[in-house]
Formats: sequence, structure tokens, C-alpha cells
Amino acid sequence: MKRKQKIFNIVIYVVLIGGILVTVLPFVWMILTSFKTQNEATVIPPAIFPKIWQISNYGKVFEMLPFGKMYFNTIISAGVTVSGQVLLCSLAAYAFARIHFPGKNIIFTCLLAVLMVPSSFFILPQYQLIQKMGLLDTIPALFIPNLFSAFGTFLLRQFFMALPGELEDAARLDGCNHFQIYSRIMMPLVRSGLVALGILTLRFAWNDLMWPLIVNTSPKKMTLSAGLAFMQGQHITNYPVMMAGAVMAVLPLLILFTIFQKQFIEGVAMSGIKG
Amino acid sequence: MIAPVTIGLGIFYFYPVLKVILDSFYHVGAFNKRSWCGLENYQKMLKDPVMWQSLGNTCKYVLLIVPAMILIALVLASLLNSGIKGKSFFRVIYFIPAVTMGAAVAMVWSWMYNGNYGIINAILNLFGIPSQQFLSNPDLALPAISVVSIWSTAGYNMIILLAGIQGISRTYYEAAAIDGASRFRQFFHVTLPLVTPSLFFVLITSLISTFQMFDTIYMMISKSGLAMEATQSMVVYFYRNAFEYSKKGYASALAVFLFVIIMIMTVIQMKGQSKWVNYE
Repeated sequence: MKRKQKIFNIVIYVVLIGGILVTVLPFVWMILTSFKTQNEATVIPPAIFPKIWQISNYGKVFEMLPFGKMYFNTIISAGVTVSGQVLLCSLAAYAFARIHFPGKNIIFTCLLAVLMVPSSFFILPQYQLIQKMGLLDTIPALFIPNLFSAFGTFLLRQFFMALPGELEDAARLDGCNHFQIYSRIMMPLVRSGLVALGILTLRFAWNDLMWPLIVNTSPKKMTLSAGLAFMQGQHITNYPVMMAGAVMAVLPLLILFTIFQKQFIEGVAMSGIKG
Repeated sequence: MIAPVTIGLGIFYFYPVLKVILDSFYHVGAFNKRSWCGLENYQKMLKDPVMWQSLGNTCKYVLLIVPAMILIALVLASLLNSGIKGKSFFRVIYFIPAVTMGAAVAMVWSWMYNGNYGIINAILNLFGIPSQQFLSNPDLALPAISVVSIWSTAGYNMIILLAGIQGISRTYYEAAAIDGASRFRQFFHVTLPLVTPSLFFVLITSLISTFQMFDTIYMMISKSGLAMEATQSMVVYFYRNAFEYSKKGYASALAVFLFVIIMIMTVIQMKGQSKWVNYE
């Protein structure tokens, strides 16, 4: 029995470590390639390690594309999307969960209906709206439609609903109005929900491709994601430089993930439970 | 308090739904010139072989990706839950693809699939298998893209399933152990039935997102290549019509069609869930 248990455990570890290798290898290959010369990258059979680590590949990305600007655009757009969405959704979610007002159910049903519609359905009219507002090829174009989220409102509403009603009664006796109850009492209590929404939104906003690709066409106004697509579209065959660009594009979020791994993983797990 | 979200959703989400439906009855040409054309877009769509092919491709993606991905995610999640050491380490590593930009993932995999210098071909060569043009061979490109998609989504869904498995009360396992159930039997008779709510969530969300696959296909397959039509999904075809061929009316009809398909699929899933999903 004990031996069987041992073999069983070994099998588990072999499978799990195999999974790790498959997960990690593309990253290792990306990083190794990014430090090679073009010759080293295209020799057959491939050289695993670069002879001299070519840090200059990273500089070349900045010569080829306005990569610094793209960083800036992505940070601004993701930052505004996350903070705007968390603020606006929490306001609405609080009202839907905690306040009785006429028409609430109808509005909330409409909101749920938006949740059912695939995102590619909205994109064409959203583009035309941004066009009419004269915002094509600007930074606000990147984040405006993403400030509003039916999903975020729904998710946070679940958190507000879970709080006991006595809290509000007590606060109201102390003379708090709705806004004060929301900002002073409720918000700190739903912090885990806010963090979860923030993380899900950040993951989306940093990585999204289609929308930034459509609205902003000059490289100076692109996000990193669209910038990579642009680079790919130029038929550049300098693989090490392309990999250097890819490394730099994914690095900020990976660093954030290593720092806040617990919150990231809990955020995702929560979306499965509450959703 | 609800005003900002309600107004924003109204302008950027509600109005677009109506607009897409309306536009699908118009010819919308360059400079947004519109003329009413009734059902012409829909008639054209139903006769369009490229549309049917991209719908077929989309179904192939769903069939290749969703079952394999869920199986992998479920196996990893239950192995991680079997009381092994280093659980949080494994969990963190498996999650990394989920925080990696799709465009970068596509770039790296394109490089690994490269027909001349790709590492995957180098490995195949070691075993005496000749190099393959993964991304320009119409027969190989779709499975190659599916592998990338499985790679990038399995970890994310594993986290959701693991949370579901961890939510199962220990008492069930204790009872099963007292009855002498082996770990395999515990998995099939306790874990699997009780993780069905999470499994259902993962199934629905991954069906919907696979139906809307875009990033990987757009990035990995060259626009003029042989494999373009053999890999194009509905959303990629929609994108091309809307933003490259400038046929916005036709694109709207495609969007409506895609929405109807996703809707039907979701309703079937919702109806079917009572047959296999156990809520405690």
C-alpha cells in the first residue's frame, strides 16, 4: 500500500513538472532568442545560448518603433481603465445592491442583457462613435468605452449584497447619507471585490489587441500590444529584436504578477465562484 | 450613483447593439455612405463560401480547444489538490501564460513554429521527422493555432477549477475513505460530481471566448498566405470586412449571425446544465 502511494506520488510530480516545462519553455526561448545575433538565431541546428549576450537588441526595438511612447500609452490607458472602471462600477453596484429606487429592476435586467452579448458585437459602432467624437488616433480612444462595464457592476453587486443590513442602519442613525455609507463604510468592506475587478480589468486592458488596433493607427498612439502586431506586420525578420520587443511588452504585468500573485489568483478564482 | 455607468453603457453598449442590427440592413460603404438594402447582406452571407468556411473553422477551434483545455485544466487542478508539496509554486507558474499579452504569445509561438529556423522543427528533426511549414500549410495551421490557445488558457481555467475543488467539503472525502474508496474512485465519485458548477462556468466562458478567437489567428497567419482562409475564424472575417475591406453593413450582418449562434449555444448549455451540474 505504501509503495503504491509512493509510485502514485512520483507519477503526479512527473506530470506536474512536465506541465511546468511546457509552460515555461516558450518564455525561455523568447528570452534566449532576444539576446542572440540574427546569425545565431537562424543557424541550423539552433544554438541554445548566445555566445555574447546582445543587450543592444533591446535598444534596437526603440529605434524601430516609438516603444517608449507605446509604454506610456499602455500604462495610461490601462491605469485609467482600471481606476475608472472600479470607481464607476462600485458606485452603480452599491446602488443596485443597497438602494431601492424606481426602475431599478428594469435597468438591472438591461445590464444583464449587455453581459450576454459578445464583445465583438459592439466594436464597430463603438469605433464609429469614437470617430464621430473626433477621437480616433488619440489616447482617450483607447480607454473610453472600457470605463463602463456591465460585468464589473454585476461582480461588485454580488459583494455589496453579501454585507449585512445592520451596517447601514447603524450608519444612518449616525447621520450618514448614501454617499457616505458607500465611501466610508461599504468600500473598505468590499476591498477584495475591488481588487479582483481591478486585476481582471488590468489583465484585459494591458493585453487587449483588437480595439487598440482599430482606433489608433499611427505608431506613436499605439499600445504595446498593437505595436507588436505592427512590428509583425512590417515583415521584419530580425527575430532577436522582435523577441526583445515581446519580452519588454510582457514584463511589466509579469512583474506585477510576481509581486501580487496571491491577489491575481484569488481574483480569478473569485470570478468563477461569484460569476 | 448609477448614472455614469448607465449612461456609459447606454452609449457604448446599448446603442451599438441597435446600431449593428440596423446597419445589417444597409450597404455601408466608404465614408459611411449608407443605403437601405433590406435582407441583401444576409442573403449574400448565406451564399458566401468564405463565411461558411470561417464558421467551420470556428467550430473546429471549439472542438479542438475546449475539450482538451478543460481536460488538461481539470487533471492539473486535481493533481495539485492531492496534497503534494509546492502547490503554490506550481499554481503560480501555470498561471503565467494568463498574464501574458496575446500578441506576444503569438509572436513567440510563430517564431517557435518557424518553418526554417523554428525550435519545434529542430526538435522534430532530431527524431528524423522533416521540417513542417506549420503556419503556411493549410492542414497544419489550424491545429498549430489551437495548441497555442490551449497553452495560454489552461492555467487560467485550472485556477477556477482548483478553487471549485477546494470548496468541496472534506467530510465527503472522509466518508469515501471510510468506505474504502481509492483515490481514483474518490475523484470520479466525489470530486467530479461536486466540481460540476465550476466546470460549467469554465465550459460556458471558454466556449464563448473560443468562438470569438482573434489575437492568435490575426497575429500568426499572414494575410496573403495560403493558410489564411483555412484558419480564419468568424471574428477575424468580421474584422476584415469591417476594417480592411470597408464593408460595414456586411460586417454587421456577420456580427448579428455570430451573436445568434453564441446565444443559441449558451441557451442549450443552460438548458442542459440540470442534467449534469450538481449544486449542493
